[in-house]
Amino acid sequence: MQVLQVIVSGISQGCIYGLIALGFVLIYKATETVNFAQGELMMLGAFVGLTATSFLGLPYLAAVAAALLVMALFGFVLERAVVDPILGQPAFAVIMVTIGVGFIARGVVTMIPGWGTDTHVLEAPFRGEILHVGGLVVAAEHLVIIAATLLLVATLYAFFRFSRVGIAMQATSQNQLAAYYMGIPVRRLNGLIWAISAAVAALAGLLLAPLSFVHVNMGFIGLKAFPAAVVGGFGSLPGAIVGGITIGVVEAFSGVYLPEGFKDVAAYVVVLIMLVVKPTGLFGETMRKKV
Amino acid sequence: MHFVFKTDYAQDLQLFKHSGQTFWYGTLAVALAIVPWLLSPYFVSQLTFVLIYSIVALGLMLLSGFTGQVSLGHAAFLAVGAYTEGVLAAKGWPFPFSMAVGALTAGIVGAIVGTPALRVKGIYLAIATMAFNIIVEEVLARWESMTGGNAGLQVGPLAMFGWRVQDERAMYYVALVVTALVTLGVVNLLRSPTGRAFVAVRDSEISAASMGINLALCKLTSFVLSAAITGIAGALYAHRLRIITPDQFTVLQSIEMLMMVVIGGLGSIHGAFFGAAFVIILPQLIAVAKDYLPPAIGQATGLQPALFGLILVGFILFEPLGLYGRWVKTRTFFQLFPFYRRGMFRRRKAFMKSERLR
Repeated sequence: MQVLQVIVSGISQGCIYGLIALGFVLIYKATETVNFAQGELMMLGAFVGLTATSFLGLPYLAAVAAALLVMALFGFVLERAVVDPILGQPAFAVIMVTIGVGFIARGVVTMIPGWGTDTHVLEAPFRGEILHVGGLVVAAEHLVIIAATLLLVATLYAFFRFSRVGIAMQATSQNQLAAYYMGIPVRRLNGLIWAISAAVAALAGLLLAPLSFVHVNMGFIGLKAFPAAVVGGFGSLPGAIVGGITIGVVEAFSGVYLPEGFKDVAAYVVVLIMLVVKPTGLFGETMRKKV
Repeated sequence: MHFVFKTDYAQDLQLFKHSGQTFWYGTLAVALAIVPWLLSPYFVSQLTFVLIYSIVALGLMLLSGFTGQVSLGHAAFLAVGAYTEGVLAAKGWPFPFSMAVGALTAGIVGAIVGTPALRVKGIYLAIATMAFNIIVEEVLARWESMTGGNAGLQVGPLAMFGWRVQDERAMYYVALVVTALVTLGVVNLLRSPTGRAFVAVRDSEISAASMGINLALCKLTSFVLSAAITGIAGALYAHRLRIITPDQFTVLQSIEMLMMVVIGGLGSIHGAFFGAAFVIILPQLIAVAKDYLPPAIGQATGLQPALFGLILVGFILFEPLGLYGRWVKTRTFFQLFPFYRRGMFRRRKAFMKSERLR
């Protein structure tokens, strides 16, 4: 029974990692770059939601919608300003630029009056409610996280698999020059995918806020989402969630059964093992080109 | 441009390409040697920090700038070097020997990191090194019998063969000698076939393999040497700081090292020094400028990270060759005056090539 309890809490924590990893995978699937500022985008989304609820007094769902919209716009602007000029340079440059953007976001948030370095509470209607399912005690926040994640993954998977825009985005990431030849508006699609990814990050932040409160260092959880994305495979959307859940469950178990201190490194040990055994991840694609 | 007329193959390998370089580097050496007698102890201690960070930057530059491998975990090697030095110095080992053992240990750890790293590229390598950094940090925090855990390790003053370093001046000279030797070593490495193999691996792995370079061995050598150099810097770092704790060697520190290397100029020895100087000078400038800014900005705790991030993004967008690149462009402008053209150093427009299908 305790094992089930640990598994459930591991799954819900893993879904948060999975949501952030989803943002990574979205951008990677479309532009083959990794956004190291995804954790900070999540933090910004949570802060925007906080402003909408506490300072502007909007009802919860309206605040969520507002946060998603604002962050989507922000993601689009970010892509235009910072990523577009350096597309074509080696991956290292984009990594460093997104790291820089993360630093800027963290620094600027401390300067905004009302946000600053305090820890805020985001008022959500399901905060604090507890459900009893079978013999298990499950917090309502965990259930909402799991449900929202599954819904989002299904939608995005269908988007990439069946819609023209989704297929065009995959084409862009595989061979940008050929995509240009086929008449695909590459720059517009890049902007769109960054907007979607920022909105997903904002959703992750809003879902995490009732659990971990809203503060400027919230984005460091993004560091744990990297192992999730690697374990699942960087090019696969369901993989991101599966990877996140794997990491979440492993972490939950090592927190309960292993000595102190293993909980923090469990995720990274898993990712190192994964990189040695199967570098492309559980659902990753191995493509090879003959020279 | 200074045109060097070569009459001998040996001239290709010379350290100083022409007499102008010999003169200026000689002047620099003399200036560095007499600086402690001219400046206050505070500036001398800051210069020591710059020298130590330069060694770190040289180590990272060897791996990232010259071999093209991304590493987000170099703080782990710095930690290994620092803790080894701390433990051995407490046992009474003279400094050169403990520094050598520190470098060796860091090199071994570099081999452990490098071996799985041979199979992965790009972003996966960055994540693997980041994961490794976090694991090493946690191990150092838990291994309390050796490292003192989270409370930290006290390191005594630098001591060798009866001579103890008591003041800033002596520490500066020790750091200067070590930096000079490491720089000479790295420059010689880059002139040698091994060093040229590194650069070949950076530019195109398939071409390098076709020329007969053993890719795996090359990358592993680069990892080990880079880790060893960072371990040497760690030994000096331990003596400079006197107390070392695991949370001085986090992923943020690794990212700061990468920033140092990128802002200085990726792929050049000078870039390491420029980057180190920049990283030390910026907080001083911020401390001075704080009073002139409105309180909401000036007193915020996030001012330094924000400025760092802004400068990093600015450099990558507008000056990808870094501070050294800016210096080279300025120098070329004056050398070629008035024939300098604006696009002389511009990169070719490139389309994004998929790394999965390379």
